[in-house]
Formats: sequence, structure tokens, C-alpha cells
Amino acid sequence: MSTELTFQTIAQLADALAAGTVSSVELTQAAIDRATAVDDRVKAFNSVNPEDALAQAAASDARRSVGQARGPLDGIPVSLKDVIAVRDQPLTASSKMLENFVSPYDATVTEKLKAAGAVLWGRANLDEFAMGSSTENSAFQTTCNPYDLDRVPGGSSGGSAAAVAAGEAVATLGSDTGGSIRQPAAFCNVVGLKPTYGLVSRYGLAAFASSLDQIGPFTRTVEDAAIMLGAIAGHDPRDSTSFKTDVPDYRAALSEKKGPWKLGIPKEYFGEGLDPEVGAAIEKAIAFYREQGCEIKEVSLPHTPYCLSTYYIIATAEASSNLARYDGIRYTHRSADAQDVVDLYFKSRAEGFGPEVKRRIILGTYVLSSGYYDAYYLRAQKVRTLIRQDFLNAYEQVDAILTPTTPTPAFKAGEKAADPLAMYLSDIYTIGVNLAGLPGISIPAGFTSAGLPIGLQLIGQPYAEADLLAIAHAYDTAHDWHSQRPEL
Amino acid sequence: MADTPELDIDRVAHLARIALTPEEKTAYAAQLGDVLKHIKQLEQVDVTGVEPTAHAFAVENVWADDVAQGGLPVEEALRNAPQQRQNMIVVPKVVE
Repeated sequence: MSTELTFQTIAQLADALAAGTVSSVELTQAAIDRATAVDDRVKAFNSVNPEDALAQAAASDARRSVGQARGPLDGIPVSLKDVIAVRDQPLTASSKMLENFVSPYDATVTEKLKAAGAVLWGRANLDEFAMGSSTENSAFQTTCNPYDLDRVPGGSSGGSAAAVAAGEAVATLGSDTGGSIRQPAAFCNVVGLKPTYGLVSRYGLAAFASSLDQIGPFTRTVEDAAIMLGAIAGHDPRDSTSFKTDVPDYRAALSEKKGPWKLGIPKEYFGEGLDPEVGAAIEKAIAFYREQGCEIKEVSLPHTPYCLSTYYIIATAEASSNLARYDGIRYTHRSADAQDVVDLYFKSRAEGFGPEVKRRIILGTYVLSSGYYDAYYLRAQKVRTLIRQDFLNAYEQVDAILTPTTPTPAFKAGEKAADPLAMYLSDIYTIGVNLAGLPGISIPAGFTSAGLPIGLQLIGQPYAEADLLAIAHAYDTAHDWHSQRPEL
Repeated sequence: MADTPELDIDRVAHLARIALTPEEKTAYAAQLGDVLKHIKQLEQVDVTGVEPTAHAFAVENVWADDVAQGGLPVEEALRNAPQQRQNMIVVPKVVE
């Protein structure tokens, strides 16, 4: 029974908690037990604090016993990617630079989840500072794909995806700069939602690329994603890029908004490099929507071939600027043998950052440096305009865009580690969404013959999460991929 | 630009304030050379008259009322300082 509990959905568990057939302490203990049983193999968590989680759970049960339960997340174990601040908990960003850092404050999403009564449990592993596509760049451990431990869970939010897939948490939060929620969700057979840029506050998220980063949920179902998004979305004066908008009832919208919808299929996403089994699963999903009466239209996103280059210029440029704060002075690793302050910068950063982070800082510094700015950074910003315009043009004809989330299923650990460019190509279908600032969701869409999960990506119009979730929900409820479990 | 973009790894590492080992310099120069070759494809795009996008949605100045608000207490702000003394962060000597 106890293992079964953590594989249920938020919606199911909220009902069980409300009915009194399970307590938050029992549920939280089940998550702790599950992590104890499998996390030495999955390695989803950088750190856990069972006593703290059980105290939160007991508080939830106490609230409920006096009729003060706060809603569907009250008492549900939720884990956060180890780049999101939780007061008095470690925040390592999976980097030696922050190995001993303890957050002095809560991120806005943390405050909101606490207010909703969620039990915050476990710090989920990631590629260092969210830079990577496999979670192999963590300074501490490589998370394994629960469906095949020899394969990567995707990245950078690999720990968050694997924790849900392995039943170590009911839901998690990740962050997505170029696909870091959707790609691992696809690799791990879970739902991953990247909201529209500005819908969810970034306050308290360790910054990677500020014009691209968004926090979003991993869940088992689209309905659960709607519950989580409703809890974390909304304007925040502490994030000046946060959008002033009302937060609709995303869960209610799942049943209120009915198709048929017009769905666009971008021809550029179905060419060379797409694994045939992934392609076949997506074709079946297209056929499903057609059977539901949806109009399927081919659309063109002609600047797709330039997304990867544009992304790696903009993201590394912003990263080189953002990560300048890790200087060895105020709250980070400090080199023990520096001669003076400047030497302290050089050595602390050399010791604290891992290879991929250094590689990206170097690239970002180069593209912003005198003599190269116009050729690289400014040109990339202009191409970004064209990429965004491609999507907006498509939305004159369709409600949403349907694609594979990734060109291939999960690859083997070590397979792409020595070739950054090959690794970067695994994000080819997700990065355009970040450049354009759009919402995107990956939902389970089947398995390869080898038993590896396949993800279906739906891309929505800006701030149209309610529609996007309703479209995804139609597929999700008509298929039972999400009820599959890895053998661990 | 030349066919193979030049990357003066010493200059860039200095700008980035990262001490690189000789092995790292060799590896990064080769790997980043490959990435830069890929990135050069952006030269094929006609960007004549195209405005640059810094954010996907127009970001305007956000004004806050000039009202004092509480911040982190000193001990919390210094909680993660590598070295501190008398509510200040200790650093190596800056002025000779």
C-alpha cells in the first residue's frame, strides 16, 4: 500500500486526504520509504530531510483535523529542484560553488507552495546551474533514468523528473531555460510544463539565463499540472519581469474548454534526426486529435534551423553575466590559497565551477566581448525576433502546435558527454519555445520497443495555459501511459 | 569573419575571471571552435531591418513606490559568507 500511495495523483490523494482514508504523515512517510528503497539507484535527490518533511506533514494533518485544510496540495509531498530557495534548506545548484549554501529566504514559488500546504521534501539533482541535458553535469552525482538505469533522465531538471517517475515525490518543480522541464519529462514518462515567460515568478531561482528561465511543475497527469500551476502562477513585485495577469482556475478549465481545436504540425520538426519510433508515436497522437474532430494543419516555422545557435549565444551571454556573482567573496566557495582579491576571483571560480559551466561562461564572455558583440549577440537577438514571429504567424492559423518533445528517447549515460554539440541537439525541439517565451508541455505518449518513454509536446499561445492544458488533458485522459511504472 | 572563428582563450578566460589549466584551455578551444562554427550559420539569416529581441515580451520599467521595506537581517545576509568578522565579510587586502 505504501508504495502505491506515492504513485497516485495529486487529485486522487487530495480526495483521500479529504476523506480521511490517508493522512499526510502516512503519505509523506511513504515518499520517504520509497526514496530510502530506490534513491541509491535513481539518485534523484541531492539531500533529504525526513524529520522536517514529517513535521510539515503533521502540521497539515493538524490543520485538516480542525477543518482548516487549504486545498488540493495540502499535505502532498512536493520536491523542488535544487536551484529554488527554501529557507533553512541547502541550495547547491549541484555545484561545488554552493556546496555549503543554506537559503536565508524562500523563493516566491516556495512561499506559494507553503501557503498551499504542500510538504516540501527533498532537493532534486540537476545539471550544474541548470546547464545540460542529461543531469551528468551535476558536481555530486548522476541521476539515472528510472526506466533504464544505464540511461540519462534528461536534464537539466533530471532529478525532478526522476523523482516523480520513481514515486519518490507526487509532484516536483523544475526550471526550463531551453527544455529543462520538457525534455526530462519526455525521457521519464511524466508531465512537464514550462509556463509562458513571466507567468511564474523567478524570485529565489538561481539564475541561468534571465530572459529564458521559467519555473514549472512535473506531475503524473495534466490535471495535476493544472493544480500545481494554479498554486505557483501570478504576478510578483519582486520579479520585475513577472507579468500582471489574473490566474484563472486552470483545473476547472480542463473540463470547461472543449475542442475541437486547430492544431499546427510544424514540418521542420519532422525531418532528419527524428527517431522512427518517436515519430510513429507522435503520428498516432496526431491521429487521435484528428479523430476527436480537431483540424490538423501543417504550419511552417522557417527559422527553426537557427534556434540552437541563437539559443547558445543568448543563453551563454546571459549566463556569463549572471554567474559573475559567484566570486568567492560573499556566499560561495572561496579558494584557500588566493594571494589577493583578483586572484581570489580566478581561483574560487576555477575550483567552484564544473567543466560545462566554465565552457558556457567562456562562450558567453566571448560573444559579448568587444569586437564580437554585434556579430554574435546582437545578431542572435535579431534572429530571436524572427523565431518568435514564426510562432506568432502560425498562431494566426492554429490554436496550438504539436511536436515531439525530443528527437530520440533517453540516451545512454556517457554517450554524449564528450561532445557538447551533440548534447545540445537533444534540445532541438524545445528551445524555440523559450526563445519565443511561449508555454509548452510534454506529456507521456508511449514507449519504444525497448521500453523507453516518448514525449508529446504541445506549444500554446502566450498566457493561454488554460487552453494548452485542456488540449493536453484531452490526450492524457484518453491514454494510460501515465499509469505505467518503472521496474525498480 | 574568418572561416574558423578565432577564440583567444587566454583573453576570454581573463575577462571571465576563471583560471584555466593548460588542459582545459586546449579542450575548450577545440570544443568551442566547433560550437562557434555551428553558430556562424546565423550569418545566413537576413536580419536587415529586424529589431533585436531582449525579452520575448516587451519589458518596461517597473516602478515601485519609494517606501522602505524590511530586508534580510545582517546575520541572515552573512549566513553563507566564507569568512566574516564584526558583521562584515573578510576579504584579502585590496589596497597596498
